[in-house]
Amino acid sequence: MKGSVISVLVVLVVLDRLASGLEHRSYDYTKYHPMDEISAWMNQMERENPDVVSSMVYGQTYEKRNITLLKIGFKNTTPKKAVWMDCGIHAREWIAPAFCQYFVKEILGSYKTDSNVNTLFKNLDFYITPVLNIDGYIYSWRDNTTRLWRKSRTAGTENCRCFGTDLNRNFPAYWGMVGISRNCCSDVYNGPTAVSEPETKAVTDFLGAHQNEMLCYLTIHSYSQMILIPYGVPNISAPNYDELMEVGLAAAKAISAVHGKSYKVGTPPDVLYATSGSSRDFARFIGIPYSFGLELRDKEKYHFILPENQIQPSCEEAYQGAMSIINYIHDKNFKSAAVSQTVDNCDCLMDLECKCDDFKPLY
Amino acid sequence: MASTGDLEPTHYPARRAATVALHYLNTHHGSPFRVFGLQQVHKASAEDVAAGGRKYKLDFSVTDWASGSEGPALRCSADVLFPQTERHSGPEVQLRCEALQQINRTAQEEHAFYQRYISPDSAVSARDIPDSYGNVSEEMQPFWRLARVAASFIMLRESSERTEFNMAQVASVAQQGSSEEQLMLEFVVLLHDFPSQEIIQWKLLASWSPDRGVRVLQTEWQPRCPHATKPPN
Repeated sequence: MKGSVISVLVVLVVLDRLASGLEHRSYDYTKYHPMDEISAWMNQMERENPDVVSSMVYGQTYEKRNITLLKIGFKNTTPKKAVWMDCGIHAREWIAPAFCQYFVKEILGSYKTDSNVNTLFKNLDFYITPVLNIDGYIYSWRDNTTRLWRKSRTAGTENCRCFGTDLNRNFPAYWGMVGISRNCCSDVYNGPTAVSEPETKAVTDFLGAHQNEMLCYLTIHSYSQMILIPYGVPNISAPNYDELMEVGLAAAKAISAVHGKSYKVGTPPDVLYATSGSSRDFARFIGIPYSFGLELRDKEKYHFILPENQIQPSCEEAYQGAMSIINYIHDKNFKSAAVSQTVDNCDCLMDLECKCDDFKPLY
Repeated sequence: MASTGDLEPTHYPARRAATVALHYLNTHHGSPFRVFGLQQVHKASAEDVAAGGRKYKLDFSVTDWASGSEGPALRCSADVLFPQTERHSGPEVQLRCEALQQINRTAQEEHAFYQRYISPDSAVSARDIPDSYGNVSEEMQPFWRLARVAASFIMLRESSERTEFNMAQVASVAQQGSSEEQLMLEFVVLLHDFPSQEIIQWKLLASWSPDRGVRVLQTEWQPRCPHATKPPN
């Protein structure tokens, strides 16, 4: 009797593993997914990788939906340094949430076998929000006439009946200065006040609370194939502008090595158009040293409505770009620390050239 | 908009002017089988002009959509003048591209397409090109390109130093009865302007034949979608 119970249990466990394995294999990262599928996928990622994934609800949208991120990395009792990535601030940029999902899949699929990703998991936590503007994203899926919606879905008022605020103009960083419209029907309406939108507040609250851990802020958009660095306001330079340009250019080179696509690097006033109140600027403004906006494919043909057969190559190249940035930041913060911890009686120069007899490099 | 003299080719003032030159190129040489895209700006400069307005001098490369950005590039030079007038008037473009005449490989496809759709009972109509997932059917590809060329007339006319237009989607195409041996097509196109991020809808009536090329006969701006606005209580 006991034996047959045990064998039934074994069969059930095997079936369950098979089912979740099948589930995992069947999630198609080369297709666009509506919000309910993305939410289910997030649950699945947490369920299947409990050692390294936990989800956090950190705010609510205007329409009262939970805004959720996946925290990914080896779990630690004390807070680790962190990298933030959000996708889908703008509803119509479908390739961006697709990239967040791809990125999560890649790091979860490689952290056990790839020593580089393994080290990142050890030293960093990734906070990844696959869809930030959930209301807008859902709206853009409603029908053929809503595909090109950009903003949130805040209701209109007596004075101005149009819906939505451009979340990427709503952040408290030179809010309202340039590149915005005070007409609530405009696609760059920056909201009645800075941080008027609950989606914006969710991000500012979280980044504010984790300011000391946050090393890097990445925000994913489309289109135009660019790597944007702060600030969007003309004549205001980040103190580490030169370094940001250097890191951005290296990322663009890494991107181009994958499929030959060229990505421009620069501040918005140079390469795009002047803006204010962007999340990228806010992150830099509060002191997160590395803040980048990635504008993915394409440049000239499909624009927002990128065909699904370009999801895979777009994600592949963007992944290399993101990793180039993340690895630079990681190495800058951890390699020198690690070396100085393990090296004794050595003369070590700032750029890690150590002259010692018994020095054993970690990497 | 202060930059005068040599411009950084990768920065937006040069790119916007080059995009205007590109729209001009497409109005003259675009077809159902040929649409040019901007590959790279090599050199650019701008100067104020005595009569008011600004003139850009550009050296840039374009590629055909058919071959993509990796295909052979055509070198072009252009003067783009943005006039300074009280009411908006479109930019004036002078353009020279090398070896343009040599591109004749699409003649066969153009004639086959023409023959297929010029018949009196042809009444093509379609919506949402591409669809929400980026798909364009084989049959709709030439209509998509034709819409892009026709939209270039509008994008050219509406351009200023403060705009940067692309065609985001074809909302609809409806073939009208042929006239004077021209294919007649009514398009509703959705244009995206970068600086304002607006989607602007235009209805237009265009004609095309292999001999006469694309002409735009009527254009009509369309107001925003009603559900962008809260209905009155």
